[in-house]
Order: sequence, then C-alpha cells, then structure tokens
Amino acid sequence: MAVAEVTIDEVIETFQLFDDWEDRYRYIIDLGRQLPELPERYRTETYKVRGCASQVWFNVKRSGDMPPRLTFEGDSDAMIVKGLMAILFLIYSGRTAREIMETDAQAILDRLDLAQHLSPMRTNGLFSMLQRIGQMAAAAAA
Amino acid sequence: MNRPAPSPASWQFDHAAIRGDFPIFSRTIYGNPLTFLDSAASAQKPRVVIDAVRNLYESGYANIHRGIYMLSQEATDAYEATRETVRQLINAERTEECIFVRGATEGINLVAQSYGRTFLESGDEIILSNIEHHSNIVPWQLLRDEKKLKLRVAPVNDDGQVDLEAYKALLGPRTKMVALVHVSNAIGTILPVKEMIALAHEVGAKVLIDGCQAVPHMPVDVRELDADFYVFSGHKIYGPTGIGVLYAKFDLLEAMPPWQGGGDMISTVTFEKTTYNDLPHKFEAGTPNIAGGIGLKAALDYVTSIGYFQIQEYEKELYAYASERLRQVNSLRMIGTARDKAAVLSFVLEGIHPHDTGTILDREGIAVRTGHHCAQPTMDRFGVTATVRASFGIYNNKADVDRLVAGLEKVKEIFG
Repeated sequence: MAVAEVTIDEVIETFQLFDDWEDRYRYIIDLGRQLPELPERYRTETYKVRGCASQVWFNVKRSGDMPPRLTFEGDSDAMIVKGLMAILFLIYSGRTAREIMETDAQAILDRLDLAQHLSPMRTNGLFSMLQRIGQMAAAAAA
Repeated sequence: MNRPAPSPASWQFDHAAIRGDFPIFSRTIYGNPLTFLDSAASAQKPRVVIDAVRNLYESGYANIHRGIYMLSQEATDAYEATRETVRQLINAERTEECIFVRGATEGINLVAQSYGRTFLESGDEIILSNIEHHSNIVPWQLLRDEKKLKLRVAPVNDDGQVDLEAYKALLGPRTKMVALVHVSNAIGTILPVKEMIALAHEVGAKVLIDGCQAVPHMPVDVRELDADFYVFSGHKIYGPTGIGVLYAKFDLLEAMPPWQGGGDMISTVTFEKTTYNDLPHKFEAGTPNIAGGIGLKAALDYVTSIGYFQIQEYEKELYAYASERLRQVNSLRMIGTARDKAAVLSFVLEGIHPHDTGTILDREGIAVRTGHHCAQPTMDRFGVTATVRASFGIYNNKADVDRLVAGLEKVKEIFG
C-alpha cells in the first residue's frame, strides 16, 4: 500500500493494532520509505526546516483550484523523521490553507500515541515540521 | 602529579558500590534498566553531591563573603573550601588562581574578553585545533572580528590526532594565543597538550586548555603542563551544573582587567572611580553559585576518594572492552581512532542516521548522544554530519556495553 493510498484514519487504525513499540517504529519507517522522492533541486538551504537534529527539506505545491489546495513533499536523512513527515503529510496534504490552519494536529498525534513512543518533539523534528507547515499555509493564505 | 600509585591489590575496588553511590540508577526507562552513556555531555551525581546541596539549603544557607552572622560565615567557609580543593586537584600554586565561573564556556569567554581584548592586537594570530568544541571556537571568533585577528587551525590526521608537524608550522611570531581541547568531546582524542604548550611558549604565545573531558578521567597538573589558562565544568565531573573553574597563572590574572562588574568584585565604589577587589574576587562579580560551589567540593572529594589511578585503570579496561565489542558490530564505522583516547566512542552505522539509531536505543533505555556534539568542524573533517556517541563515567560497567551492542543489533534489525 503506497502512502498516497492510505488515509490518516487508516494509519491510526493500523497503529492501534500494534501492541509492540518495535512494530510501530517499523510501520513509521515504512511510511517514510514510501514517500515519493523529493526532487534534488529542493534539497537546498532555502527548503531546509530549521530546528531538526537531522536534515529536513520541505516543498509545497498549490493546485489550480480556488482557493488552492496545498500538497507537501519532503525528505530527511533520518528514516524515523521521514516517517513522521509522511504522517504529517497525510494529515495536511490536499487541503486548503484555511483547513490546514484549523486542523488540530496535536489531537491526531495523541491518537497515534506518538508522545509515548517517540522522543520529545523538539528532538525528533515533529515540532519544527509542524511549525513549517503552519508557516507555509499562512503564506499561502496571505 | 605526586600521588602515590596504590598497590595493585588496593585498586580492585568495589565497582558495584560505586554504581550504588548514584541514585539515578535505581530508575528504569521504558521498563529497562538505565544505560547511561552520555557522561561527556553531563555526568550523573553521586549521593554525596546531592546531600551536600540539600544540607546547605536545609541547614546552612546564607549569602557569602559579607555576612557578619554565623550562617553566612559558615557558608562562606564551605564555599571557599572548594577553592582549596580545586587548587589541590589541579595542583595550582595558589587558590587565588582558581576563579569560579558558570562553566568552561564562561571561562573561555572570560579569557577572550579580558586577556584577549587587552593583550592581542590587529594581525595577531590565534591557533585552535580542528577538533575543538564550539565553546573554544566562537569566543575567539568574536575576538577576531573585534580586533582584526587571524584564526588558524591545526589539522588532525585521519585517526583524529593533531598533526604535530603542521601545528609547529603554524606557530610563529604573530601567534599570541593557542586554545586547545585536552580531550576531544566528540571523538575522544587525548591531545599531547604538554608538548603543544611547550612549543607555543617557544614563540611566546599563551595557551588555554579546555579540560572538560580530561578532569573526570585523568589527573591534571596545571604546573606540570605549564598551562597559562585551564578551564573545566563542574557538572561533567559529577558536580552540580552552573559551576566551573578557570585556572590562570597569577601574574596573568593580575594583569587582566575585570570582565564583568558588580558586587563582590569591588573594593570601593564612588561615581567617579571604582577600585577592584583582590584575586580571585576581581573576576567573580555578583552573588556566585553558592550551592554549586559547595556541591563541587563534594564531587571533587568523591573523585579523589576513589582516586585517579583507580579511575584510569578501571576506565581503560572498560574502554578496551567496549572498543572490542563495537569492532565486532558489522557496518559500524568508528570516528576517531587515535592511540590515545579517553572515555568516548563516536561512530556511525552505515546507512542508518545517528538520529534513528539514538531513537531506537532510547526505547531500550540506552542514553547516547546523537548529532554533531557542538563540534561541527570535527564532523566536517570526517565527512559526516553527525555521529552516535557513547561516553563513559565511573559508574558504567561491561553490562552497559553489552546492552549497547545488543541495542545496536536491534537498530540494524529494525532498519534492515
């Protein structure tokens, strides 16, 4: 099952089936591996997400709709970070800037029980990635 | 250093008892025993240090140096007793040469701002090694930019040891300051600082040594080294955070202007003119870290009670065991393989980001550091952006190493 074909609800459901932390990590890593490759031209300082312990790059694409829907793409040299990124993209990609800004990611991440099973946000980059998505949405809405 | 080497029988010390001195090891992480391998960042605290700080606040606390009453005098005596303990530990000639600072970082900034701004001039050169901590780079860059100085970098060989010939070639009449790490926090190399100091002195340069990773593991004698400045942090030698030591030769401190102004560092103040207090207080503006200072004495006494000879013998054996076990982990690349190393093992698993490795190890209760270890030029030198670093303290044992190796096998299995 490719990332594009699963929904965040299905991810949450799958997550709840695992009672072993190792399986949850394997699943996160799998989600990351299935992310489409980020074109090389975006792997530069401009697209870098600051505040992550590993290297993270984000790009955003807008659809032709009015208001446009935002699609995110990205990459990281750390696989767990990339998996978390895939989960964030499942939550946010294909939505309008307004929808993105109104989405409570924390509530969804809580359902994934990520707080308990991953290192603190600040270190694993989740916080910085969320912030960047918020900034990108705000820029698109402006 | 004039400490008698104990007979071999006496250093068969009870390691389980030493580990038992550290209350933190009674806790678990995700249901696993705590495997703490991040002492190079900050060491855990023995009960005696925790008790010293608690006893102060419970029964002996007051501001120090100026109180006429008993509590203040007791606290002053306890705080100043630490200075004598520090003097003995590093074999300084006088207690006035031991300045209390927040940590090594502040000590280096003090030297750069006070000595550097006063005695270095446009065109002068500062030499650093390629494997310095950012704390021993950035203060000199700030000074360079202000005073139009040149920073020059002594390269390291592929094993992570300083290239002494290249270092000699950098030394010259314009060299005014050499700032070197004693033991690299990122890759564990022990620099031949005594020889490097002697070479720097031949061209008339002063030398600052960052001893953060040295004092917890080996005896340091500032007079034998002939170091002009030597800094270390208390929290890395089992003491509290927020207290550290700047040692400097007396004549240098006398010649240096105060860095920060405030209480404690003055003799008399009028709006026209202030005269400064004598050493060491000239450099200790404001109410100091009283509890930190008193806790530091307990930490240094603890280290001395075990003895550096025993610490070195024990850690050498543990280090050899860990090196051998890690060598057997397939696809593990060790960063820094110098012959002289201490207590730090820095490595990468091929194809797995250190951050991923650290995340899985954490879940197994294993605390390692992952990243650039505040030494990005070191990482650049070895062509990596980050490493996994396992560093030891006196409380670690072979079971910790075994759990690390098992954890790394699990990491490989999960990412395989």
